Amino acid sequence: MTLDSLAFQMINGLASASGLFFVAAGLSIIFGVTRIVNMAHGAFYMLGLYLAVTLADRLPGPFGYWGGLLLAALAVGLLGAAVEVLLLRRIYHVPELYQLVATFALALILNDAALWIWGPEDLLGPRAPGLKGSIELLGRRLPDYDVFLALAGPAVLLALHLLMKRTRFGRTVRAATQDREMVAALGINQALLFTAVFALGAFLAGLGGALQTAREPANLNLDLAVLGDAFVVVVIGGMGSIPGAYVAAVLVALVKALCIALGTVEIAGWAFNMTKLTLVAEFLVMALVLVLRPQGLFGRPHGAPARGLASEAPLRPMGGTGLALAGAALVAALAVPLVATAWAYAPVLALDMLIAVIFAASLHLLMGPGGMASFGHAAYFGLGAYGTALAATGLGLPTLPAFGIGILAAGAGALVFGWFCVRLEGVYLAMLTLAFAQIVWSVAFQWEEVTGGSNGLIGIWPDWPFDSRTGLYLAALAVAVVVLCLIRRLIFAPFGHALRAGRDARLRAEASGIDVARIRWLGFLVSGLVAGAAGGLYAFAKGSISPETLTVGRSIDALVMVLLGGLGSPAGPVLGAGAFTLLQDTVMRETDYWRALLGVLILALVLLFPGGIAGGRLRR
Amino acid sequence: MSEVPVSGVPVLSVDNIAKAYGGVQALGGVSFEVRAGELLALIGPNGAGKSTCFNVVNGQIRPDAGTVRLAGRDITGMPPRAIARLGVGRTFQIAAVFGSLTVLANVETALAAARGKSFGLWRPQAGMARAQALDLLDQTGIAALAGRPAAGLAYGDVKRLELAIALAGSPRLLLMDEPTAGMGAHERLALIGLVRRLAAAHGLAVLFTEHSMDVVFGHASRVVVLARGRVIADGSVEAVRADPRVRAIYLGHAGTEAGA
Repeated sequence: MTLDSLAFQMINGLASASGLFFVAAGLSIIFGVTRIVNMAHGAFYMLGLYLAVTLADRLPGPFGYWGGLLLAALAVGLLGAAVEVLLLRRIYHVPELYQLVATFALALILNDAALWIWGPEDLLGPRAPGLKGSIELLGRRLPDYDVFLALAGPAVLLALHLLMKRTRFGRTVRAATQDREMVAALGINQALLFTAVFALGAFLAGLGGALQTAREPANLNLDLAVLGDAFVVVVIGGMGSIPGAYVAAVLVALVKALCIALGTVEIAGWAFNMTKLTLVAEFLVMALVLVLRPQGLFGRPHGAPARGLASEAPLRPMGGTGLALAGAALVAALAVPLVATAWAYAPVLALDMLIAVIFAASLHLLMGPGGMASFGHAAYFGLGAYGTALAATGLGLPTLPAFGIGILAAGAGALVFGWFCVRLEGVYLAMLTLAFAQIVWSVAFQWEEVTGGSNGLIGIWPDWPFDSRTGLYLAALAVAVVVLCLIRRLIFAPFGHALRAGRDARLRAEASGIDVARIRWLGFLVSGLVAGAAGGLYAFAKGSISPETLTVGRSIDALVMVLLGGLGSPAGPVLGAGAFTLLQDTVMRETDYWRALLGVLILALVLLFPGGIAGGRLRR
Repeated sequence: MSEVPVSGVPVLSVDNIAKAYGGVQALGGVSFEVRAGELLALIGPNGAGKSTCFNVVNGQIRPDAGTVRLAGRDITGMPPRAIARLGVGRTFQIAAVFGSLTVLANVETALAAARGKSFGLWRPQAGMARAQALDLLDQTGIAALAGRPAAGLAYGDVKRLELAIALAGSPRLLLMDEPTAGMGAHERLALIGLVRRLAAAHGLAVLFTEHSMDVVFGHASRVVVLARGRVIADGSVEAVRADPRVRAIYLGHAGTEAGA
């Protein structure tokens, strides 16, 4: 590494830090006042960039570029106001988890809207008038635009600071961030305040995106990528702190710059390419901050932990009807291979359903009795799939041992990540799970020698007797039955009660001598093992896997299955996974806009049936 | 039920504990003792340091200085669950129970925890300690509600359930933070009377903070008065009531409350 290459990478890093800061600041301001973590914030950034590219191209002259940028950001701000009025106002009173999935649904819909308007191709914007050149720094050429962006960050930070300190609006926002009830009691128009704050947050995200016009092409993957980064920044900086967001954005950018500048280093005779660490580095910084200072560098300690669903009914042993239904379902599942001659697709669909049921049951254990909403459950599914696949193809192990290794790999991941996660609550926990899932995804994507990179692994076929469609199906059915029975035992055992006790009233449970963190950790481990089993089955069912196996989308699928089935019911994940897979394999396959369809489904679920299928009708 | 005589060995001894927040001295060297069978009321005007003192004893706050001993053993700075396992039960100012469990399962869960069985993965919990759980519900007067979900209970019954949960750990010391807060006058006296009977029957030491003077002067064995983080009086109900410093500092602030 040379010093000038480091300096060069740092300016570059500061330029990207600015964009990230705008998004994170918006996210932070919105959370501070409304207590909503806006999962659609990355989509606002993406839309800002798309709109700016379109407008900068259409509008004439130098005004066209800069005016287009501003117009794009304002349009996104307006969209934010509309979203607040039409959607968020209906979900302020629902549990945190539902708010998270509802705003994620919005992100899905916005992503498909962008696909519909701009198409799937990347869009490259024009270069910025007046800033097309470059300056020379330490013998390297640095684009003017990067320097401009690196300066834009502190400028907006200063503007926000003045807005917050010097204006009535700013004072109201700060007061609301500290004590919402008090602001309501003071007679401030809360509805208007929330709309304004959401519009401001969306505007900042839109501006962050728009400013990237001359730097990177607009594409449809930006929303999730930016959202993950912004989460990391907000968590590091401290939820609700704007200076914290800037410091964190810079910190993350500098760590990445350092990784790139270091290049390939030799550690104990083993050449290691540090640039590959860039995707993981920010998450490592975040994990470190969360362990040392859970409220973030500039954050205040967060208040009372979020409660589970208060209306959940106590568990009762399965009655006659329940047993009869479960028996009927098992008989129907056993009969599936018999109809294969008439309907060849039946075993394929049924196998997909079983895998989904196991995966959903695993997440349900964590989210329902455990009270821990995981937004990154795909990590354990993926570890199971990759573990199984590598053991089967790389090591050439027979099917059963390979499957076992997959499960253990997922368990190991859950043990490590869970240790961090169980110390947090609510949205912080959700964000950390998402961040860990992104780490696993990055590793699968970048560690080409082992994981095959973006191509993944192929030729994962089970041996006899699992090599036929029926054989594998029956094996999966056996796994599903065993898993569901095991989870049921756990739930009724002291462990399940302690898990629920820790969720219902953590301090009460601690005061009774329950080690809530360790109970939750064990819950995390069990959930990870089960998700790994689902992943292993998936690898054998598909014969090939890729990083696609563990994207955020898969985590969200599992969330939707659990919510669809109903969080408060043990039968929920079975019903939810079945219904969702049916929907996915039939309706969603028919359209390019399945994301929007899924988004609408989620919104309908949250707004109309928060109890899920098993939960029955709406209770408020 | 026979009254257990107050023995000479203190169950809890708090020695010279201090705690400051920023520049504010919340506790400035507080010492007192609680003996078996005794109900010690910790009172004082708002901001006197009652809650801080209480949270130091139960392990939620680590003091800057001083020691907390349970039957002679130093427990200063231990986490709440470790203190719980050594025989300290507690109830919260806003009663907390496990809402998604039945009343019976609430107590069974606490019993399992007390026996170190919370990590039991296979045998169902129901039936493990049913008789004992029902006995505790009987003692606290809510046995008839055993099968009901805890979330739907009336507040007075929630308080009793929480007491049953706290007793499940067979505590030597019971910490009660404002045990009668949020209850009507009749319920209030019934609950503290129940606590007094249970303390006598089990030889429990009870430390409680309280705002209602009828509860304090009617049922406490002894009263410790805090003001600005220091003990200004420690003695029998009569002695404390007659203490001119208490009348000046404490009753001056809350004369109407004390007169009730």
